[in-house]
Amino acid sequence: MGYPVMNMTATEMNQTFRKRPIYLDYAATTPVDPRVARKMMAYLTPDTEFGNPSSRSHLYGWHAEEAVEAARQQVAALINADPKEIVWTSGATESDNLAIKGAAHFYHNKGKHLITCKTEHMAVLDSCRQLEQEGFEVTYLTPEPSGLIDLNKLAAALREDTLLVSIMHVNNEIGVIQDIEAIGELTRARGIIFHVDAAQSAGKVPIDLGRMKVDLMSLSAHKIYGPKGIGALYVRRQPRVRIEAQIHGGGHERGMRSGTLPVHQIVGMGEAFRIAKEEMREENEHIRQLRDRLLAGLQDIEEIYLNGDLEQRVPHNLNISFNYVEGESLIMALKDIAVSSGSACTSASLEPSYVLRAIGRSEELAHSSIRFSLGRYTTEQDIDYTIDLIHKKIRKLRELSPLWEMHQQGVDPAKVEWAAH
Amino acid sequence: MTYSDKVLDHYENPRNVGSFDQNDPGVGTGLVGAPAGGDVIKLQIRVNEDDVIVDACFKTYGCASAIAASSLVTEMLKGKALAEAQQIKNTLIAEELALPPAKIGCSVLAEDAIKAAIADYRNHKHEIR
Repeated sequence: MGYPVMNMTATEMNQTFRKRPIYLDYAATTPVDPRVARKMMAYLTPDTEFGNPSSRSHLYGWHAEEAVEAARQQVAALINADPKEIVWTSGATESDNLAIKGAAHFYHNKGKHLITCKTEHMAVLDSCRQLEQEGFEVTYLTPEPSGLIDLNKLAAALREDTLLVSIMHVNNEIGVIQDIEAIGELTRARGIIFHVDAAQSAGKVPIDLGRMKVDLMSLSAHKIYGPKGIGALYVRRQPRVRIEAQIHGGGHERGMRSGTLPVHQIVGMGEAFRIAKEEMREENEHIRQLRDRLLAGLQDIEEIYLNGDLEQRVPHNLNISFNYVEGESLIMALKDIAVSSGSACTSASLEPSYVLRAIGRSEELAHSSIRFSLGRYTTEQDIDYTIDLIHKKIRKLRELSPLWEMHQQGVDPAKVEWAAH
Repeated sequence: MTYSDKVLDHYENPRNVGSFDQNDPGVGTGLVGAPAGGDVIKLQIRVNEDDVIVDACFKTYGCASAIAASSLVTEMLKGKALAEAQQIKNTLIAEELALPPAKIGCSVLAEDAIKAAIADYRNHKHEIR
């Protein structure tokens, strides 16, 4: 094949790309697994299966449809669902929109109240905001300082006219795992629809929809080594959940989502989910070891704060605030590693992470947070390099920091009266 | 954020980082900004009997441009008479560092720090004599 990278091992890839920053941003996106890319290549070019699965009259269409259905099976298998319950979308953002708006629109005669959490992904929060514009009422729960939702508070927020509850499985910023099994018991008992954004959990946490009483679940391919631009929405058949389509034009996906199916993307998502199902347990073990190594390596730095519960958390995520250093300068100092920051300073907005603010972190600590997210190709060397880099850069920035100097002299900068700025 | 080479140079190799004894009568200290605002500059000057700044140092909590602005200011201040230092404007700092529009505030804060350090030194002197 003309794509040598696809035949490389992880070590070879690390050597080839070592001039680039070390990638520790797997929660943002993952590279496509070379095994996935190889599969996708068989559904694009003239000599391969490039057909439109909606073409019922010839072999090209039939073969493309077979590939799509095989992938549907693979996606369903990871979450123990029926393939008929999988609807292809362009990604988890579309799935969240389709689930929340689709269910609210379909059942608007049943109630007008929705419940979600302040730490949800913007795709959920913005969909809820849109529904508020349309006359729905939304309760935004505040999570505990651990990032987890107190189920009693959720139960207390349920109303007679509550239509839908939307709670994510794993948080994208702090990696905490919500107890969706318990939430499903609460909602099912009251006949309330339960939507779960599982973009960050599929392939990382076991999901059994035979047991979990989830009605709608958003899935993404590119968070688990599949391609970008493809996702799915799980729509339960028993008991049946209905949604109103948000995209019209041809009635594909049993009328729930029109549009020609992107076969190569779907095949890629299927293969990524197949690999995840097979390798998840072993991979999690490996990643947990690396995460523990990273945490142990950073723990001797003074004045650092772990964001989010450490136990109820995927091993792929470590989110730490470094007190007395400023967010933007920290991110600049760490340019040799690719990580995310809770500081939006580099973008148009000066607002720090709303997730960290919702769990009670101060603005300063929210700004000076770093999300390390580990994945399939992270090595021990990557972790050791990162530990060393963080130590050096934090030391340098703190030597520069008047707040750190105050702290060393026993003055708490939080108690100083600063001039209004 | 795209920064000029000059900002990056001062950020990577900040000049005159450190602290003088705040209680030394020859030292003026300016502490400006606020942690919640994202920038705090501590600028210190050492002044001789002829009211000339003989040394300056800083510590800054803030973005790269705030660090660069403070670092540049310490260089500018050395050798200047207080009256001359008092005249340094934020526009000069911003120009020198080619600060992006969103970061002009950092140069304003650096100017505030100079003024605060000079005022502190004068208060000091007043108290002592």
